[in-house]
Amino acid sequence: MSKNSKPRTINVDYLARVEGEGALRVRIKDNKVTDVKLKIFEPPRFFEAFLRGRKFDEAPDITARICGICPIAYQMSAVHAMEDACGVTVSGQLRALRRLIYCGEWIESHTLHVFFLHAPDFLGYESAIHMAKDHGDLVQRALQLKKAGNDIVALLGGREIHPVNVRVGGFYKVPTKAELRPLAEKLKWARDEALAATRVVAKLKFPDFEQDYEFVALRHPDEYPFNEGRLVSNKGLNIAIREFNDHFAEEHMAHSNALHCVRKARGNYFVGPLARYSLNFDKLSPLARDAARAAGLGPVCRNPFKSIIVRMVETVQACDEAVRLIEQYERPDKPCVEVRPRAGIGHGCTEAPRGILYHRYKIDGHGVIQDAKIVPPTSQNQRTIENDLRHFIPPRLNLPDAQLAWQCEQAVRNYDPCISCATHFLKVRIERD
Amino acid sequence: MAAKKKPKLAVWKFASCDGCQLSLLDCEDELLALAGEVDIANFPEASRAVVKGPYDLSLVEGSITTPHDAERIHAVRRASKHLVTIGACATAGGIQALRNFKDVKEFISVVYATPGYIETLNKSTPIADHVFVDFELRGCPINKQQLLEVISAYLHGRKPNIPAYSVCLECKRRNTVCVMVAHGTPCLGPVTQAGCGAICPAYDRGCYGCFGPKETPNTSSLAKGWAGLKVSEPDLVRAFRGFNAYAEPFRKESMAHEQK
Repeated sequence: MSKNSKPRTINVDYLARVEGEGALRVRIKDNKVTDVKLKIFEPPRFFEAFLRGRKFDEAPDITARICGICPIAYQMSAVHAMEDACGVTVSGQLRALRRLIYCGEWIESHTLHVFFLHAPDFLGYESAIHMAKDHGDLVQRALQLKKAGNDIVALLGGREIHPVNVRVGGFYKVPTKAELRPLAEKLKWARDEALAATRVVAKLKFPDFEQDYEFVALRHPDEYPFNEGRLVSNKGLNIAIREFNDHFAEEHMAHSNALHCVRKARGNYFVGPLARYSLNFDKLSPLARDAARAAGLGPVCRNPFKSIIVRMVETVQACDEAVRLIEQYERPDKPCVEVRPRAGIGHGCTEAPRGILYHRYKIDGHGVIQDAKIVPPTSQNQRTIENDLRHFIPPRLNLPDAQLAWQCEQAVRNYDPCISCATHFLKVRIERD
Repeated sequence: MAAKKKPKLAVWKFASCDGCQLSLLDCEDELLALAGEVDIANFPEASRAVVKGPYDLSLVEGSITTPHDAERIHAVRRASKHLVTIGACATAGGIQALRNFKDVKEFISVVYATPGYIETLNKSTPIADHVFVDFELRGCPINKQQLLEVISAYLHGRKPNIPAYSVCLECKRRNTVCVMVAHGTPCLGPVTQAGCGAICPAYDRGCYGCFGPKETPNTSSLAKGWAGLKVSEPDLVRAFRGFNAYAEPFRKESMAHEQK
């Protein structure tokens, strides 16, 4: 290999094991990283545009189609934004059922990422299916854990992907206690599995890599955040959800079909499990907190590679919370609160598995959407991902291209990027000069 | 003796939400068995390993919305013995086909500050508009049991057993009382292809047509029924203009109710 003269490019033309289509290009000259671009070529689908003219109560079903991996997140942010616009608050058991269905999505999505998209990197396999040849029991159990999450979504929502039962004001139909009860038994099993899985991922080898991130997540006085709370950061942010636009801005870059979201006057920030955990450690259930400590985590975690542990801790949390919600469940008299449209603007922000998902709608007096804005987690993390690579690559420049490319992919996958969301895949290219 | 060569399965993505290919990973009880029967040769969402074509069966998710994708689908077809489209995007253009009823330039400027960076076609179109498709599996999202049936059928060289009748038959079969007759809830079930298991009526809401038109649907008769339930013309347009808006029977019906 030539030393300093020739440029070197590491290209991953199609990033695998991420949701959606993206590529990564890294340019290296004189042993310095000169450029890092996470390219998103997922074709644009224009949700914000065609939402105009649709009815307010269609937003949860339409926006769910932005992402087949986290449809509940879209449905939740949409219903909260519409309820905010119409001056309605959903409380009691209906609120509890929303938390329960979100627990299902977290369990399903986190387990998918940990064992099917991310763990193969740590253990040196191309995929979980390859991994299953040597670790059949692990993969089989992960599939059943994932299924426990899907079972919640299917029971409460009708089906796993794009569930049909969520509506503005609550649900179309609510389950009886007897219908929910069998789920609790399965979830107690899942909780034990998640605890065991946390111990497994804690033993993986982690690169020594920490950055001084600005973490942004929801924070709620009484609970680990899902649907409500204030937006806070470890660098002084503490705002109501409706103030989002005053503090964050979207920018459009030539290399990406996704808008980059930045914190005004500060720049890149970090959303997702690591941020949520580091800002809400005290709100974890005692069981989840103990699992985190036993896995060697402190109350703050700045190593994005360890997000794989944090995802499993959050899976413990979601199983634990789901069991509690089912045990305390009393069937509400009505499946939803009546919501009458009124002219106004509504904001909603909820914790998707990958981080905060913000929706804002302007509707008229008949409930027709005039304007929509959707900021998904991956577009918020894009800059941070690129920034991580700028710091991650230099100490590893002596690696051969193929190995460096794979490690870069792994660093991208730390964020569980959902490119379908961000434009609403991942291939790495490294150029060495 | 040499082991019998396993058939090669490939999964391709165009404009979509990834939900239909996720259905394959959602087959928690069957995934490893399936991986034992086929060589998962190209499935980027699940694996970074890529085995070269040709492929015995290609599953295609998503619609064609960019000049690049309009080219790429031909390469996929050339590399595939059988090509099956999965989901409403690939079979009808998907929700993103709502642009087909509007000026796409206006759409770009609503979403992107620098429209010059965006390359896109005026219309979002199904795969069958571009290449020969062996079978179209419907749904937004597809039903995973139907997906396994289609994969199994193609691997054994038989026709998939996917009924083209309406959601109404599924309601009858699961003993769901008709939401339209009994509760006056507008429902697209009579004109929508079965396959979901009639979940919406089972959850006390009307079907919203995510599996697209059934064979020979009488959409105008259903529209009259909806009008009798005091559904306005703009709401009829919205109802037919959903996840399968560009499927011909739904497209024509929505246009019939549009204000001139």
